[in-house]
Amino acid sequence: MEVHLRVQRFHPQVDAEPHWQEYRVEVPEHATVLDALLAARDEQDETLTLRCSCRSHICGSCVMKVNGTSCLGCKTKVSHARKRLAAGEPIRVAPAGNLPVVKDLAVDLEVFFGKVKAIEPYLQPDGPPPEREYLVPNEAMLTVREAMACILCGCCVSECNSLEVEPRFLGPAALAKAWRFTEDPRDAADRHRLEFVSAPGGIWDCTHCFACVEVCPKDVKPMERILELRRRAMEAGFTDNNGARHSQAFADTIAESGWLDETRVLSRSLRGLPELLEWAPVGMRALLRGKMPLRHRRLSGAKQIRAIFAAAQRRSGEPPREHAPGR
Amino acid sequence: MKVAYYPGCVAKGGAPELYRSVKLILEPLGIEPTELFDAACTGAGVLTERNPLLADALNARTFAMAERRDMPVLTICSTCTGTMLACNARLQDEGNRARVNELLAPERYTYNGTTVIKHLLWMLVEDVGLERVAQLVKRPLRGLRAAPFYGCYLIRPSSLVGDEHPDRDLYLERLISTLGAEPVKYEGARKCCGFPVITMNRAAGLRMTGRNIQDAKEHGADLMVTPCPLCHLNLDGQQAEASQALGTPLGVPILHLPQLIALAFGHSPAEVGLGHHVVPAQGPLGRLLQAAAAGAS
Ligand code: SF4
Ligand code: SF4
Ligand code: FES
Repeated sequence: MEVHLRVQRFHPQVDAEPHWQEYRVEVPEHATVLDALLAARDEQDETLTLRCSCRSHICGSCVMKVNGTSCLGCKTKVSHARKRLAAGEPIRVAPAGNLPVVKDLAVDLEVFFGKVKAIEPYLQPDGPPPEREYLVPNEAMLTVREAMACILCGCCVSECNSLEVEPRFLGPAALAKAWRFTEDPRDAADRHRLEFVSAPGGIWDCTHCFACVEVCPKDVKPMERILELRRRAMEAGFTDNNGARHSQAFADTIAESGWLDETRVLSRSLRGLPELLEWAPVGMRALLRGKMPLRHRRLSGAKQIRAIFAAAQRRSGEPPREHAPGR
Repeated sequence: MKVAYYPGCVAKGGAPELYRSVKLILEPLGIEPTELFDAACTGAGVLTERNPLLADALNARTFAMAERRDMPVLTICSTCTGTMLACNARLQDEGNRARVNELLAPERYTYNGTTVIKHLLWMLVEDVGLERVAQLVKRPLRGLRAAPFYGCYLIRPSSLVGDEHPDRDLYLERLISTLGAEPVKYEGARKCCGFPVITMNRAAGLRMTGRNIQDAKEHGADLMVTPCPLCHLNLDGQQAEASQALGTPLGVPILHLPQLIALAFGHSPAEVGLGHHVVPAQGPLGRLLQAAAAGAS
C-alpha cells in the first residue's frame, strides 16, 4: 500500500527553523511507521536522519511523535496511525518533545540520561554483599518487575506536560526508576532516595496529566510510581514542602466537613506570608466576583465521613489525626 | 432519564455559575437529577495518592447512594469523573469491595459494583444524543470559534476512559459543532491546565495555563470551553498571572461547557452567570452572540 508521510526536518547547524517534507512510499499492509520512514530513507532520501536498532520495541531507540503523540516508530502500525486521518491526509512524524533535536528525528538524550543517573540507578545494599546471589522472595519482585520493564526510550519524557514548562523536573522515566529502587528488597537507601525526590524538581513537580501512563510502550505507569513515591515520602516524614502540606490540608478539610474547602486548602498549603501575598490578588478577584464562599458548611453526613476516615486510616496504618469538627 | 447528580465541590464553591447553568439545561435535555447532597468529595486523586482505601471508601459510599436508586452518577467535572472511574475500577474486584463495604457498614451502605459514572459530556453524546441536543438549539452559535479544553482526567488514561467508547476524546469538538460554533484545532486542547502543581510550583503551573490559552488564541479562538471546573479555576481565575508569566496579553473568555450549551439554548449571558468570571466574558459574549445573530439573519 502507499503511505503518505509528512516528516519534520531540521538540521540546527544549517536550517533557520524546522520545515516539513513529504514522502510517498510503498510498504506492506502490516508495516510500521518506522518501516515507512526507513523505506523513504533507503529509496528516496538518504539525508533523512533517524535512530533505530532492534525494530521490535526492545532497544528504545526510535522515539518520535506520530500525529502529535509520542511513541516508538517500530511499535506503531501505519494502519493504526491512519485511523483518525481524513482521506488524503498524511501521517505526521516529528521528533520527540522536550529534548533538543540533533537532526530530523534524532534527539539529544544527554539530559535525559543525566536525570536517570541523578537518581543513582544502582543497588545500595546495607552492609557487604552476600557471598553468592541475593535471595529475595518472588512476590517482592513482582511489582518491581513492572517498572524494570522500562527500556529508557523517552516516550514518557517526550510527552510530559510538566517538562514542557519546568526543565529541571526529573521527569517520569527517572522517577519511575527511583521508585523501582525504593521497592527493591535488596536496596537500603530508601530514606536517601525519598529525600532526594522530595526536593524541587522531584515528585511534587508532576502535574498528574497521565501522559506518561498513556504513551509508555512498556506499561511502566510512571505517574502511578510517582504518586506512590509521594505517599512513601510523606510517611517517611519529608513533609516540609507545599506538596505534602497541600495533601494534608486537602485530607483535613474533607475529614472536617465532608467536602473540599478550597480557600483553606490553599492557605494551609503555602509557605508563609510572602507566598500568601502572591496569591492575594487571585483571592481578591474571586471575592469580588462572588466566587469565594464566605462560609463553608459541612455536609450533613460529615460525622459519618469522618468515621470512614478514621477507620480507613487505622486500617492502612496511617497515623490518625485529631480533626476539629467542621463549622 | 433519572440520574444521581454529583455536582462536586467546585460547582458548590468557587464556581457558582457552573451550578446555575447546569440547572438551566438538564430539564430540556430530559435529564431528571436527584442531587446527592450528602456525598463526600471524591478526593480529586489527592486522597487516592495518600490512602487508596480511604478514597475508594468515600467514593463507594457515593456509588452506593446511586446504586440504591438504580441511577447512573452524573458528574460535571473532569477530575471528579476520572477519580471516580479509577475507584470504581478497583471496586470491581470483590476483595477490594468487601474491604470497603466493611467501612461503609455503620451507615448501612453496601456497594455491589454496578454504578455507572458519566460526565455530562458523555451523557449528551451517548445517552441523550447529539441530534436531540441539536433540536434544542434556539440560537446557533454561528461564527463563534470555541477552543475545546478537556481536562486530563476526562480523556486519560484511555484504558479507563475509552475502553468501551474510544472516541470520548473527540466529543467536545462534536458538541461544539452541534451548537453551531466552530471547534478550534490546537495542540493544547488535551493538555494539562497546570492546576495540580499550582501550590507546589506556581511558576510552572502558570506557564502551563498561559501556553494553552496562547495556543488557543493563536489558532483564532474567541473563547475556550471546558468540562472541568478545576481547569476553569486556572484558565479564568489566574489568566492575569499566566499572561504575566508569559509576558504576553491573553484576554480569552473561558466558558464552562454547560454555559456554552445554555447560551445556544437561548439563555442570556447574565443567566448563565458570565458576570462571575474573572476574565470579562459577559460583554465579549454578548457582542459575539449579536454578531452571530446578525450573520444568521
Ligand atoms: S503524569 Fe507527571 S510525570 Fe507523567 S507526564 Fe504528566 S507531569 Fe509528567
Ligand atoms: S517509563 Fe516507559 S515511556 Fe518512559 S522511558 Fe521507560 S519504557 Fe519508555
Ligand atoms: S527500533 Fe528498537 S525500540 Fe524501536
